[in-house]
Amino acid sequence: MLAQIAISVGFLLACGLVLAGLLLLAEKKILNYGTCHIDVNSGRKDLAVEGGSSLLSSLAENNIFIPSACGGRGSCAYCKVTVREGGGMIGPVEEPYLSPEERQASVRLACQVKVRRDLRIEIPDELFNVSRFRAKLLHKKPLTHDIVELRMQLLEPGEITFEAGQYVQLESAEYKGRDSVMRGYSISSLPSDRNHLELIIRRVPDGICTTWVFDHLKEGQELNFSGPYGFFHLSDTDAPLIGIAGGSGMAPIWAIVRDMKEKGITHRPATYFFGALTQKDLFFMDEFRQLEKDCPWFTFVPALSKEPDDSGWTGERGLITDVVARRFPDASQHEAYLCGSPGMIDASVAVLRSNGMPEENIFYDKFA
Amino acid sequence: MTPLADMSLLASFALIFVSAAFTDNILLARFLGMCSCLGVSKKVDTSLGLGAAVIFVTACTSALNYLVYQYLLLPLGLDYLRLITFIVVIAAFTQLVEMIIERVSEKLYNSLGIFLPLITVNCAILGISLFMLNKPYSFLQAFAFGLGGGFGWFLAITLIGAIRERINEAALPRGLEGPGITLIIIGIMALGFIGFSGMIKI
Repeated sequence: MLAQIAISVGFLLACGLVLAGLLLLAEKKILNYGTCHIDVNSGRKDLAVEGGSSLLSSLAENNIFIPSACGGRGSCAYCKVTVREGGGMIGPVEEPYLSPEERQASVRLACQVKVRRDLRIEIPDELFNVSRFRAKLLHKKPLTHDIVELRMQLLEPGEITFEAGQYVQLESAEYKGRDSVMRGYSISSLPSDRNHLELIIRRVPDGICTTWVFDHLKEGQELNFSGPYGFFHLSDTDAPLIGIAGGSGMAPIWAIVRDMKEKGITHRPATYFFGALTQKDLFFMDEFRQLEKDCPWFTFVPALSKEPDDSGWTGERGLITDVVARRFPDASQHEAYLCGSPGMIDASVAVLRSNGMPEENIFYDKFA
Repeated sequence: MTPLADMSLLASFALIFVSAAFTDNILLARFLGMCSCLGVSKKVDTSLGLGAAVIFVTACTSALNYLVYQYLLLPLGLDYLRLITFIVVIAAFTQLVEMIIERVSEKLYNSLGIFLPLITVNCAILGISLFMLNKPYSFLQAFAFGLGGGFGWFLAITLIGAIRERINEAALPRGLEGPGITLIIIGIMALGFIGFSGMIKI
């Protein structure tokens, strides 16, 4: 009886060990691609990496951070790069995310391209300035019932250089069986405050990252983010500005307007339309009123769309797009800065264009 | 003496192949390998890919498991461990094949490689390895059984894929969309395949 048990256990053990050993050996021998070279932007950087992992993680190991929200599973399609040589065939995972024009221009998803041989790739120059930061959460302040403000002290690296309007990708930690994910949030603090970073985050029902921020993230805790990303920042023209954003979309506008004040840009009139449902969705009202007092060139227009008629609200009422159309029947000389949901941005772009604004003067960040 | 022993090698090979593919169709007569079938049979080309991978893996693993059973498990008196041993052998084999395909041909890897992890836990593969032990097969006959079983699964999922491609265009009651109508289709097809049963006794 004992001998029987010993034989069966021994057999299973031996079986497992032999097969596992075989697989490990095979992985070493078969999937060994040696050292591969990645040429980034025609000689701007030449990386020597161990072949076998994805282009996205190989670049991250060398401190080039391509934006990615899903962590390399091929579901967000943020990590598009141009692979000139050595990318191999388009895989089944990335196929649905690439348009015919992108295929023509050899665009690929960096997370799905495996480094098997020498590669030649092209990425936007801005991405060279992106780093991964470790920071400590100083405070988490509720602004409304579903929006909080995070303020962080940067630890490693201790300084960040960005332009007002850009965003970072916050990494959520694992909790209750949810994987770590990365989500983009606009920076609401000023570029001159180089050791700190502030974000304004609205709770998304069942959102993986926002649930983590609201329910699990504690003051004093360390967290990671990468950035800065994005092309949303003040243009260097002299055109007057129209800003439209509701809820947490206020973050980049809040940064841009204060940045203008700090830099003494006074010759460009700016109007910010803040759309919200009711009075309990409003925040930073006193701060914006004060800004209006300090800066004669700045006008603040909050507008409520679902406020009961009999409340004491004396400001604008109605959809934010209707308010914008009323105030600026001719917007042909203005530039617009929009931040919010895809629906709100599409509606705003339609209104601005019908009021004469050229499409190239409309800048926006779409956060789905 | 079994009837198989009297036949020429080729004839018994062909007979076992046909019976495993049709009269004993692993998907439609035994209802094994259902989860991956429901998941992948939305389109003909993915069905073809997974089916081809299954043929390859069943044929190889049934031969491999036959050897493991005859020359390791039986001499050691451990035939009650066949289930767990077969699972491990199949899993290791698919992993190994995936690696080799990835290295050898990117094209093949893109069309076939993604299905191999799915197959690792496909009960049809394990089923074929276990069922072949019920019969007094030789090594080549066991291989034919695996090949035929895999082909039967390939045939079934390809047919289901083709039907689903058409039925997806139809206006189905909401409750029947997806797996619901697929299970009904599989049931009707199974009735057809049951008509084959008893035609060949091996």
